[in-house]
Amino acid sequence: MSDPHPLDARDVIKVASLARLSLSDDEVERFTGQLARILESAAEIAALDLGDLAPTAHPLALANVLRDDVVTASLDRDEVLGQAPSVNDNRFSVPKIVGEAP
Amino acid sequence: MNVSEISKQVRSKERRALSVADDAIAAIEARDGDIHAFLHLDAEAIRAQARAVDAKVDAGLDPGRLAGVPVAIKDNLCQRGVPTTCASKILEGWKPPYDATVITRLAEAGAVLVGKTNLDEFAMGSSTENSAFGSTKNPVDLSRVPGGSSGGSAAAVAADYVPLSLGSDTGGSIRQPAAFCGVVGLKPTYGAVSRYGLIAFASSLDQVGPFARSVNDAGVLFEVIAGHDPMDSTSLEAPAPDVMSGINAGVAGLRIGIIPEMIEGSSDEVRARVTTAHDALRAAGATLVELPAPELTLGLAAYYLIAPAEASSNLARYDGVRYGNRVDAGDVSAMMTATRTAGFGDEVKRRIMLGTYALSAGYYDAYYGQAQKVRTLIIETFNRLYGQCDLIVGATTPTTAFEFGSKTADPMSMYYSDIFTIPSNLAGHPAMSVPFGSGDAGLPIGVQLLGPALSEPTLFRAAKFLESEVSQ
Repeated sequence: MSDPHPLDARDVIKVASLARLSLSDDEVERFTGQLARILESAAEIAALDLGDLAPTAHPLALANVLRDDVVTASLDRDEVLGQAPSVNDNRFSVPKIVGEAP
Repeated sequence: MNVSEISKQVRSKERRALSVADDAIAAIEARDGDIHAFLHLDAEAIRAQARAVDAKVDAGLDPGRLAGVPVAIKDNLCQRGVPTTCASKILEGWKPPYDATVITRLAEAGAVLVGKTNLDEFAMGSSTENSAFGSTKNPVDLSRVPGGSSGGSAAAVAADYVPLSLGSDTGGSIRQPAAFCGVVGLKPTYGAVSRYGLIAFASSLDQVGPFARSVNDAGVLFEVIAGHDPMDSTSLEAPAPDVMSGINAGVAGLRIGIIPEMIEGSSDEVRARVTTAHDALRAAGATLVELPAPELTLGLAAYYLIAPAEASSNLARYDGVRYGNRVDAGDVSAMMTATRTAGFGDEVKRRIMLGTYALSAGYYDAYYGQAQKVRTLIIETFNRLYGQCDLIVGATTPTTAFEFGSKTADPMSMYYSDIFTIPSNLAGHPAMSVPFGSGDAGLPIGVQLLGPALSEPTLFRAAKFLESEVSQ
């Protein structure tokens, strides 16, 4: 397996944007150094030849956990909406997503 | 006094739950200005719960196995109507609309829930220094960290505020602070305790577990919280393991594995205590067998890809829409970015970015994919080891509690304090830290016991033996 290229500032800016985080120039520099050092230790396993070992995503071998379709109490709507930053007409409210039509 | 005695006295009215609660509140008010184990404490709400327990006793009803016993709760467990922050600004002021299953089970057992304890933000850290609301001090030595992430829960027990508390353990977050503060801590088998209402960090690794001053007390709390929960699809169908009935059976005949790689890199004083534990086990009739397993040390690097990958996905939900805080900005995307940028601290941002990177196109196979294969390798290694031994006994942490600020500049050095605890999380196995004396500076040292899935009864037996050895 080929080694990935070392992490640089452009990678950090890109992943921050994907994760909806905004970083100052100082933060980009600091996080780049720290994340690069963490990935150095990850390189230890990136370089291993693990052949056809199957990946494990979860410690339990679970598939399609089902339960009987029984009606039970659900969360109280007012209590849930009471914790939201902004509510409009019993719905969560967010700033506009699409611009006004011209 | 142990929790069984407290509960017995409360049931027989020899002591009222209200008086037990008042003592806990007084102890917290006297010292928590210095220690800062709690993020939220409502004395009147505590007294109200205690009065309800006393009323049940007065009415001739059985208040439950933990009648009147005060229990502190890590602040990443949802308690309905009680502020739950995960020590993050993004959730400051949030009041969950439901109880975690472990909270429901404690209440049904008559426990009195005493406040929410401090942690590293979203349980990411090993010292509580990543809390957005200030760190917790180690009650044994206020210049030292209590460990993390469940540092507040460990400190609340170590400071004698409460006999029991709940923490969560994703890579060592119960066992490491238990070792640093000199208390007992258990990470149960994955799926033995419901995660419903535990705010997710890394869902395939997270597990709720007890802190206690004694092995017996930890066993009682484990039995109360464990068992199948239909609200958690990863909850085991098996009944909760019975740890108490055989807890005094001793260690004669047990095969104990010594894994050199799970001790190497430890300080001399930690190593000396682990050796003393091995000698005591041997003298009591256990068979000790040295089993090299260098594969286990790969766990650290695999964990710091898998846990951030899962966290980057789990923490995507904090977007300023349904709960928590919002920072207003022009459109919805700008609002989400502004909210997350202001709401998350540096360590959480680091792990979200690391996880996003490890999962991104071009790096997925090299990082996340490889880490998942290492996880398989670690599980296969444990399977091999547990063919040759019943339990593994080693160090919980490489050192005793460190000083504030000594590892904050270098995340990797902080992560290294989890090297011995991480493999059990990757495998989903139970592991326990038991206080076993102290080092030169009087700081506690913990011995770690590891076993295969659902081996809690054997872990508690061996832990109980080690506890009796150290008290002699």
